[in-house]
Amino acid sequence: MTRQVDMSHGAGGRAMARLIDDLFRAALDNPALARGHDAALLDLPPGRVVMSTDSFVISPLFFPGGDIGSLAVHGTVNDIAMGGGVPQALTAGFILEEGFPLADLERIVASMAKAARAAGVSIVSGDTKVVERGKGDGVFINTTGIGVVPDGVTIDPAQAQVGDAVLVSGTLGDHGVAIMASREGLEFGTDLTSDAASLNHMVAAMLRVAPDMRVLRDPTRGGLAAAVNEIAQASGVGIELDEATLPLRPEVRGACELLGLDPLNVANEGKLLAICPPARAEALLQVMQADPLGRDAAIIGRVIDDPRCFVRMRTGLGGARMVDWIAGEQLPRIC
Amino acid sequence: MKYVEEFRDPALAKGLSDAIARAADPDRTYRFMEFCGGHTHAIARFGLEDLLPGNIRMIHGPGCPVCVLPVARVDAAIALATQHDVILCTYGDLMRVPGSGFRSLTKARAAGADIRMVYSVMDALALARAHPDREVVFFAIGFETTTPPTAVAILQAAKEGLTNFSVHCNHVLTPAAMRAILAGGDTEIDGFVGPSHVSAVIGTGPYVEFTRDHAKPVVITGFEPLDVLQAVLQLVRQVNEGRIEVENEYARAVSDAGNLVAQQMMARVFTLRDRFEWRGLGWVDHSALRLTDAFASFDAERRFALELPTPTENKACACGDVLRGVKTPVECALYGDPCTPENPLGACMVSSEGACAADWTYGRFRREAAS
Repeated sequence: MTRQVDMSHGAGGRAMARLIDDLFRAALDNPALARGHDAALLDLPPGRVVMSTDSFVISPLFFPGGDIGSLAVHGTVNDIAMGGGVPQALTAGFILEEGFPLADLERIVASMAKAARAAGVSIVSGDTKVVERGKGDGVFINTTGIGVVPDGVTIDPAQAQVGDAVLVSGTLGDHGVAIMASREGLEFGTDLTSDAASLNHMVAAMLRVAPDMRVLRDPTRGGLAAAVNEIAQASGVGIELDEATLPLRPEVRGACELLGLDPLNVANEGKLLAICPPARAEALLQVMQADPLGRDAAIIGRVIDDPRCFVRMRTGLGGARMVDWIAGEQLPRIC
Repeated sequence: MKYVEEFRDPALAKGLSDAIARAADPDRTYRFMEFCGGHTHAIARFGLEDLLPGNIRMIHGPGCPVCVLPVARVDAAIALATQHDVILCTYGDLMRVPGSGFRSLTKARAAGADIRMVYSVMDALALARAHPDREVVFFAIGFETTTPPTAVAILQAAKEGLTNFSVHCNHVLTPAAMRAILAGGDTEIDGFVGPSHVSAVIGTGPYVEFTRDHAKPVVITGFEPLDVLQAVLQLVRQVNEGRIEVENEYARAVSDAGNLVAQQMMARVFTLRDRFEWRGLGWVDHSALRLTDAFASFDAERRFALELPTPTENKACACGDVLRGVKTPVECALYGDPCTPENPLGACMVSSEGACAADWTYGRFRREAAS
């Protein structure tokens, strides 16, 4: 019989202790976790501390290019990196549904461990709760992370200035389309995989050549459109994009045509948007393109003066249009 | 992407744009209605307004399935979902269309009704197979494009002997709507950009009759930007030369006879309603379909008795005028404040094919100059 999560795994007794020891502590092995305290004690390098939290409820749990475990690491590592921080430690909270196969949980935790190692960050504290069958959807994961921002670096969505260059690190919409393609009821054949990845190493390289970079953002839910609009609002500026320069995979373009979606509204999990002074743009682009995660990086637009904070785009045909937040319901549970 | 990028070629677009500018007589204006919401969306999304001279005005037509659905039919959808414990299946856009008293399917679902967004009527059929103990109702909307798939589903359900599947039919007819717009007499139109997918089903014949009766040129064209520009060029030439013809720019998909198999299936399953209510156009004779008596058991309208509220529309909402091309979206008092795609008060602000949503989402930066 397949071993499954049962209520005792969250009850505080021996079963829970064994689950923590055998599964979590073994896979996520690090000194802070090994100590077995209620709280992790950390020695941090000097600098300002950034902190971020994110919960993951994606369906399906395993998708081409990743799973909920790796996604939960990438998501929070990226949020810290977008604040200019070097990620130091993560915590992980699991809400498990009664009956969830332990083999799947093992796979997810192993995937988290691998993602954390690649990002160079430890998972130093965790929590497990079990809910009755029917009250969860297999597993939900929350991760919270802290990072340290090096002196001299200030990344802030309110810092975009007229004339600044807008860059993106690669092809847009891969994650959202890969998830949709793997979801029941929406089957369309594609070899596309999610772009989910931790971007902190690329950000570190970017900050070395452009410590005066002004804004970083990972365009996750709501896609690039939401990210650029948030920046325009926060900075009180307009942004103009060039459609012809947007990196897009043909499969993503095709899927979006079929489903009636705008790729600019589709989620990414391994891409970032950077805004920097115009003189810095070329150097930054080169550093991004030198990173495997930034091969398709491009300069896609500029910051313009517009008190209405509109984002507009020169279309491929030479016309113009707005780029707006998506309205209403998004396709559910993509992260 | 093959067969798409070719129709978005910037150099060809520039060539067409220049040709239109040369052909257009600067001493007159041209008012062309694009009937389909798909065209409205393409014009806004690709910024085609910028490629047309100022004296060519595109008037947005009523070819948006959820936009033309009157409040009473939205109320019926909500009542079906809330009064009969059915699984109600519908296309996504309909979820947020406001019915009477600001109710919507989205709100009904939040309150516990079992409403499923489907991408195809076949998904609804699959749900009926998977839930033999539940009644599954497909709320069918759309013009002649979405009608054949509904017919296929009903034929399939009959073949399989499914007794828990039915269709609430709101399928409407394009030529009848085009006639109704002109009969209203309050819209000035010099020519029509004819539908793409609808025409692939019905062919060019119905427009030949239409041009003969109403003396307006029609150019049937595809949804890609070059298609739209080419259609505008052909309309300008027809107007300049005093010709009133049906021209088929979309010959790669539309034949004169249309899709005969689809037409036969539609004729088997559906029959003309005497009249149907449209948002904006009011009651229009012979403008919509219902299930034939032979398929009465699949007709949700006959199967489920509904208690419906007296339909109430927001009086300030100008959707009706927008759908007839009498008003532009910005001429509605509600446009942008408080009516936006996040908070739609009228159907035209809901669907991406709706004229108001297209203008708000893609075009509103034009409406007021940046100071």
